[in-house]
Amino acid sequence: MNAVVEKASWDEAYNFAYLDEQTKRMIRRALLKAVAIPGYQVPFGGREMPLAYGWGTGGMQVTASVIGPSDTLKVIDQGADDTTNAVSIRRFFKRVAGVATTEATEEASVIQTRHRIPEKPLKEGQVLVYQVPQPEPLRKLEPRETETRKMHGYAEYGLMHVRLYEDISRFGHIATTYSYPVMVNGRYVMSPSPIPKFDNPKMENNPAIQLFGAGREKRIYAIPPYTSVKSLDFDDHPFEVQRWPQACALCGARDSYLDEVVLDDKGGRMFVCSDTHFCADRQEKGHRGPMAADPAAGAFARSSDTSARKEGER
Amino acid sequence: MNDGNATLAAPDMEGLKPGFTEPVFEAQEAFRTVLNTLSYAGRVHTLETELDPPAPLDPAMAAMALTLFDFDTPVWLDAAIADGAAPDFLRFHCGAPLVAAEGEARFAVVANLSKMPPLDRFAIGEDRYPDRSATLLIQVPSLTGGPAMTWRGPGIDGAITVAIAGLPADFWAQWADNHALYPLGVDVIFAAGRALVGLPRGIQVEG
Repeated sequence: MNAVVEKASWDEAYNFAYLDEQTKRMIRRALLKAVAIPGYQVPFGGREMPLAYGWGTGGMQVTASVIGPSDTLKVIDQGADDTTNAVSIRRFFKRVAGVATTEATEEASVIQTRHRIPEKPLKEGQVLVYQVPQPEPLRKLEPRETETRKMHGYAEYGLMHVRLYEDISRFGHIATTYSYPVMVNGRYVMSPSPIPKFDNPKMENNPAIQLFGAGREKRIYAIPPYTSVKSLDFDDHPFEVQRWPQACALCGARDSYLDEVVLDDKGGRMFVCSDTHFCADRQEKGHRGPMAADPAAGAFARSSDTSARKEGER
Repeated sequence: MNDGNATLAAPDMEGLKPGFTEPVFEAQEAFRTVLNTLSYAGRVHTLETELDPPAPLDPAMAAMALTLFDFDTPVWLDAAIADGAAPDFLRFHCGAPLVAAEGEARFAVVANLSKMPPLDRFAIGEDRYPDRSATLLIQVPSLTGGPAMTWRGPGIDGAITVAIAGLPADFWAQWADNHALYPLGVDVIFAAGRALVGLPRGIQVEG
């Protein structure tokens, strides 16, 4: 303990990890209740962070309450370690907590994420912190918090099934592709945050601790390790994840989540892994996709995928 | 010490034992251990702490108190703890209000297992706010030397055998009632020395 503390160095104009100790205690108590009631949204006194709402203030408050000098932090934004949101949050914690940072999923003890779960399976003891814009899965169906509270309290989730059924009646399949609602521990319907439904199966029985922070909405929730997390579906329309006919253009992976990148104005496009560390790691190990030899494609994918991805969001 | 007025009494500064020497880092480390304890239910976790708290508090109990209690958390102490130097210690270092009624407490600190109140005296939360429930910190003689029970539920990969010692004979019957209230109910953290075991409300226990 003492050796780590003596070595800890951060910008001491701030308390360690930015938040004051009373705020951390309040958030820590909320986290413990969140872990004890998987999928239930615990209200907490969300603080202003030096970042606009919508940029991960909830996730940052959770990370700040959890992180210590011996932790190694990884921050991803849509799977990428090198995009604006990820870079600025990583730099924030380097400054206010002095922690080591990494891009390697397996080396990180705390991973803050926006909208993806890393491709590499997580291990016991790792903490995955999700940034959540809207924690209430029922909000688009029922705008009143007093009502959604009751619906969760009485496990009254018929409305959500009606929404999924309406998808089937209009499109022939469940058209929800991200923020796909899940049932946690057989009791609470929970928003997985806007991760693609491709990532939903990774939440179930995960050995890591999954914590969710919504700063604007001031809610914290959690999935403890080895917990049942079922994506809602129907017997005759079972839950399915996205599949691509292509492999990743750079590393050739067929089992990862792919982003589409437009290359030129003549219809040129390629599909690359959204998890940049996973993709780079595979390339280092000698895996090659169909466009790996094309340096322009590689450079383009690295520099422009951020803006291409973010367009869909805002 | 358990009457309401005791909260206002000035602590006895003479015999007051010190709290954390590095409050920021020790609280962080203790919290991570407690988070792991409640997340990986049933496993024994050990706190690295050099705390020397007043009797009868074990170091793990004191570390949890210093990490989680403050002016926002009414705390209930059992008679064994309320009689010694522990109330002054908790009041001085945490600033937590001590309450006499079990139902008003966010945290309960229990050391005398033979006189432990039934679990249903503590707050179980409300159906819309199940988080407004008590967390019981229960000090036991051993986390491994008692009768073996099988635990199942969130945080446990399949099943785990846990052998908490010294609990009242009807504790597990009370726990079955508490678990049946899910998602309402109390959460328990057992402590012995520097070691901890978490028992959140979602865990089902069989003999």
